[in-house]
Amino acid sequence: MTTPVIEMKAITKTFPGVRALSDVSFDVRTGEVQALVGENGAGKSTLIKILSGVYQADSGAVLMNGKAVHFRHPVDSLRAGISTIYQEFSLLPERTVAQNLFLGREPRTRLGLIDAAKMRDETKEVLALFAAAGRIDPDRIVGELDVATQQVVEIAKAVSTGARVVVMDEPTAALNEAECEELFATVDTLRERGVAIIYITHRMREIARLADRVTVLKDGEVAARFDEVPAPNEIVRAMVGRDIADFYAPPASPDEVGGLVLSVRGGGNAVLDGIDLDVRRGEIVGLAGIQGAGRVALARALFGDAPFERGDVTLDGDAVSFGTPRAAILGGIGLLPGDRKSEGLVLMQSVRDNGMLTSRAFASLWSSDRRNAHSDTVRMDGLLDHMEIRAASYDQDIRALSGGNQQKAIVARWLSMRPKLLIFIEPTRGIDVNSKAGIYHLMRDLAREGAGILMISSDLPEVIGAADRVLVMQAGRIVAEFPHGASEQDVMHAATAESEVAA
Amino acid sequence: MSDRTETTHARTRRLPQINPVWLLLAALVAGIILMNPGFVEPTGYMNFLKRAAPLAILAAGQVYVITSGGFDLSVGSLITLVVVGSSMLTNNDPAATYWVIPLMLGMGLGVGVVNGLVVCFLRVPSLIATLGMMITLNGLAFLWSGGAPRGYLPDTYRFFGRELVRDVPLVGFIPVSVIVLFVVVGILAWLMHRTNLGRQVHAIGDNPVAARLAGVAVNRVRITAFMLSGLSAAIAGILLGGFAGVSTDVGSGYELQAITAAVLGGAQLLGGRGSVFAAFGGALALTAIFTLLNFLGLPQPVRQVVQGLILIAAVALAMHRRKQTGT
Repeated sequence: MTTPVIEMKAITKTFPGVRALSDVSFDVRTGEVQALVGENGAGKSTLIKILSGVYQADSGAVLMNGKAVHFRHPVDSLRAGISTIYQEFSLLPERTVAQNLFLGREPRTRLGLIDAAKMRDETKEVLALFAAAGRIDPDRIVGELDVATQQVVEIAKAVSTGARVVVMDEPTAALNEAECEELFATVDTLRERGVAIIYITHRMREIARLADRVTVLKDGEVAARFDEVPAPNEIVRAMVGRDIADFYAPPASPDEVGGLVLSVRGGGNAVLDGIDLDVRRGEIVGLAGIQGAGRVALARALFGDAPFERGDVTLDGDAVSFGTPRAAILGGIGLLPGDRKSEGLVLMQSVRDNGMLTSRAFASLWSSDRRNAHSDTVRMDGLLDHMEIRAASYDQDIRALSGGNQQKAIVARWLSMRPKLLIFIEPTRGIDVNSKAGIYHLMRDLAREGAGILMISSDLPEVIGAADRVLVMQAGRIVAEFPHGASEQDVMHAATAESEVAA
Repeated sequence: MSDRTETTHARTRRLPQINPVWLLLAALVAGIILMNPGFVEPTGYMNFLKRAAPLAILAAGQVYVITSGGFDLSVGSLITLVVVGSSMLTNNDPAATYWVIPLMLGMGLGVGVVNGLVVCFLRVPSLIATLGMMITLNGLAFLWSGGAPRGYLPDTYRFFGRELVRDVPLVGFIPVSVIVLFVVVGILAWLMHRTNLGRQVHAIGDNPVAARLAGVAVNRVRITAFMLSGLSAAIAGILLGGFAGVSTDVGSGYELQAITAAVLGGAQLLGGRGSVFAAFGGALALTAIFTLLNFLGLPQPVRQVVQGLILIAAVALAMHRRKQTGT
């Protein structure tokens, strides 16, 4: 057995008032993928930040190739060959791929000028290691690349700086199925090259596909360590301390599905075409498809954010045409944005203010913020209690809450408006397993109370498990429909089949 | 465990959170009292409040624009335009005050509307839009007065800036301007912290995209914030016209003082957080600093240097705190 590249011994880290890590030991060897799993708040990020020099441990030691190291700053760990790829990329969007790869260490010509040709060639060399390389032109501006390709560039950058250890923090969070497969191939390449990989994820499937060993953190301690990848149930049990029996809520029974809430005929705009869509009261309709297939564009069209330019929309029997989100909300549509932080939350405001934002937006500017036609502080607090939002107080800033709790506060915002149609975009992105189940059940409860629900998700098992019907989109059109419980393969095939031909 | 983390974090952060501006103010006032014991008499502190009133009112209005994510640089020259315009329009006629004052308040609101419309619909960043407005209004004030404003306003007009209410129990007297100050700050604080308007001003400054997707009428709220700032400038102008004479530089520099005061009070530049009371505290602290510098006999340029350094220090401190709380 090879000696570990990185060995973290008995790491303890305390933040004011809370012990984030206690006595955590962890190691990773060359040429292996070590999966690090745990619910949000279990201590994964803290551990990684200690490894990468963002935080310093209170006690314990970090050994690299058997020698103790002290990283006082992220640059120290980077120099030592540890590269961390966060969910938010560190690439400069306005620069080319090659410029990003060689940022700060550009090759020079004899005259001291940047040797662009050499840079381009070496970039090609590095990219050639990855399956996705054929697509990437070293001269492309990074901002023009899609998220998955940017990620490849980010990983290529780590490789080109000679990283011996690569940490990936939920790398698939923003990727669709096909892109995930490419990422997995990239990770395989890294492993073959003898790089040690620490892979943080919530998704059991990725662990099964990639990991050599698994470490489970819970409440700042190592809850379990597996030298071989066990059955997903075992990992989940270690993560949450119990089995999750009913992860998805049961599908709607036929008598729960009522009349039409939403009907679109021939809807289209710059990116959508020929959209025919029906959503009934009491049902959850899932929208699957690869990134750019038009799922989010469809949600934005319905919500008046980038409206339909042709076709007819009927909401609850009335012909409607919404030009702004405000008009759509007034008409009875709610939308949970896909990017909680940048589109959903007002982070510096309290949990309660986030929950009451929409109801206040439709009340008089000059009247009291405590009570309006749709909600009041007492009812909002009741709603937040009912959804079991964990917060010290609803007066605290929402940014301190976990992703799942933040998401619930946005759901509360819409609940008080009693929408006829509620659109969820990536409702469980980046939230832990327990909260995911909570969101699925919440969606089902809403449907039972008579709302129609449209759910967009890049997590295929989630769409299939949580929705009563799955519609598949491709290139701005709805191309297939599947009932509850369809196979992942069939849905995947419908989502990608034609585009492969087209490409 | 994640909820326990949040709980303890929140508690430790919530415990004794007193805005540092009040500590600063207390220290400065202690300094003033040391140098001038007469400050504890009503004449001392009432005069101080009276002098601080225009700036404090202006800062209370400015904090709306800052919290909504913008700046309003036009308020200084709006003050000048109000003073100059009032002197031209009243034309020494005491009876004219009764229509000139409402007209000036209306003009303040109108300038705010224009600022807001330019920012919302022409997509000009507020810093530039209001800078342009500042230059424009300055020019208008010159044009209107022909560069030589009448140096006089009728006593009826100067009532707000100059008169006192006498025979008040406890304090003896209260300047009318101090009453105006408390009323305006009280109303603006109530609007900011107890109404839907205030919550939405915070929301659009915090995250305009999220606010729009949540149904907030972002433009309406933003324009209203500029209107309140313009209105506060008109009120400050009416008070200043009462204390000081008429000139074409009466308002100059007030815009930056108002921003400094708001930031001293902990308002988040670029939006999302701001308190009217704390901006009021910031204005008092800034006035107290100027008073101290006066006592020390330091000339006007030093005052500018100090003000500049305070602005930078206050913003740096705000950014540091923001980083610590982890945005």
